[in-house]
Amino acid sequence: MNTQIVDWPDRLFETLKRGGIRQVGYVPDAGHSRLIERCRADADIRDVVLSTEEEGVALAAGAWLGGERAALLMQSSGLGNCVNMLSLARTCRFPLLMLITMRGEWEEFNPWQVPMGSIVEPVLELCEAEIYRVSTAGEVEAAAERALQHVFGDERIGAVILSQQLIGRKVWTK
Amino acid sequence: MSERLERRAAMATLLVDRGDDLLVVPGLGSTTYDLAALGDDPRNFYLWGAMGGAAMVGLGLALAQPQKRVAVITGDGEMLMGMGSLATIGIQRPGNLAVIVFDNGVYGETGMQPSHTHSGVDLVEVARACGFAACLEVGDEAALRDVGARLKTLHETLFARVLIAANEPPRVLPERDGVALKGRFRAALGLKA
Repeated sequence: MNTQIVDWPDRLFETLKRGGIRQVGYVPDAGHSRLIERCRADADIRDVVLSTEEEGVALAAGAWLGGERAALLMQSSGLGNCVNMLSLARTCRFPLLMLITMRGEWEEFNPWQVPMGSIVEPVLELCEAEIYRVSTAGEVEAAAERALQHVFGDERIGAVILSQQLIGRKVWTK
Repeated sequence: MSERLERRAAMATLLVDRGDDLLVVPGLGSTTYDLAALGDDPRNFYLWGAMGGAAMVGLGLALAQPQKRVAVITGDGEMLMGMGSLATIGIQRPGNLAVIVFDNGVYGETGMQPSHTHSGVDLVEVARACGFAACLEVGDEAALRDVGARLKTLHETLFARVLIAANEPPRVLPERDGVALKGRFRAALGLKA
């Protein structure tokens, strides 16, 4: 395990709370584990574990139809599962806040993560998403705040990309 | 095998006197046309795409609006594409959500090719295994009226498979501007359009 003190997930959680997020959809992910834990423990946030990330795009659309703000947590590989469903957000201009932990870009051990990881940003650009890339812990909060403002204020798609450099390399030998 | 139900009449029976607090999300294709054929309503959120997403739109909406009732009414092909969402809904179990599948065993929009349900995949059993509280097989008028009545006092996560005849009534095409559909739906709930 990484022994250094990692507090950016807690600050990210507080930012989501201040931003009025009430539903959080996620596919379990190591990089998001602390944030998921915080969401699950919060009585005012409905945590919705998904079987595939595209479900979360539809969940967020339904939440907004009903007047609630949702966030979607995923790993870079999950973006590929979302591509057609993003048409829902684009066609109807549903606000969609995605928090994406990166794999396949920095000290990646598993080459199977590279193909999708390497095209996350071009895919997001093609899908008209605003990208907020974060490489250090100190940038997380401000990036999330800007993304929240853009997504829910302008009813657009925004993606906070949490780089692998920030998250740290996955430990393969336990 | 008994005569299968006609889809337009089935939609009418389900939604007769629907009330102001029933929100309806149909799937892309025939169920959107069936819903539009009953007459337009701002509390309908017609899907023209997002295949596999209808049930999850319903979940997000049901969680956000616990005082309203939400009916997702979609086809077997659309439900099959989002079958994992039955597992997702099955562990959330909002009591104000019904997922109703008009099952004709074919992909009507694309030329009547047989779907998995045609070969025996049983969506009622899938929903039951996923933890839906009420799982109903609807093969006749009486059972259909029962689902309509349950929708009026919905209090448990409900799944129903309605056996529908494989035919295509004339298409009734509702508004397809997604921004307009979203705005009027939210306005009908008193939210900023």
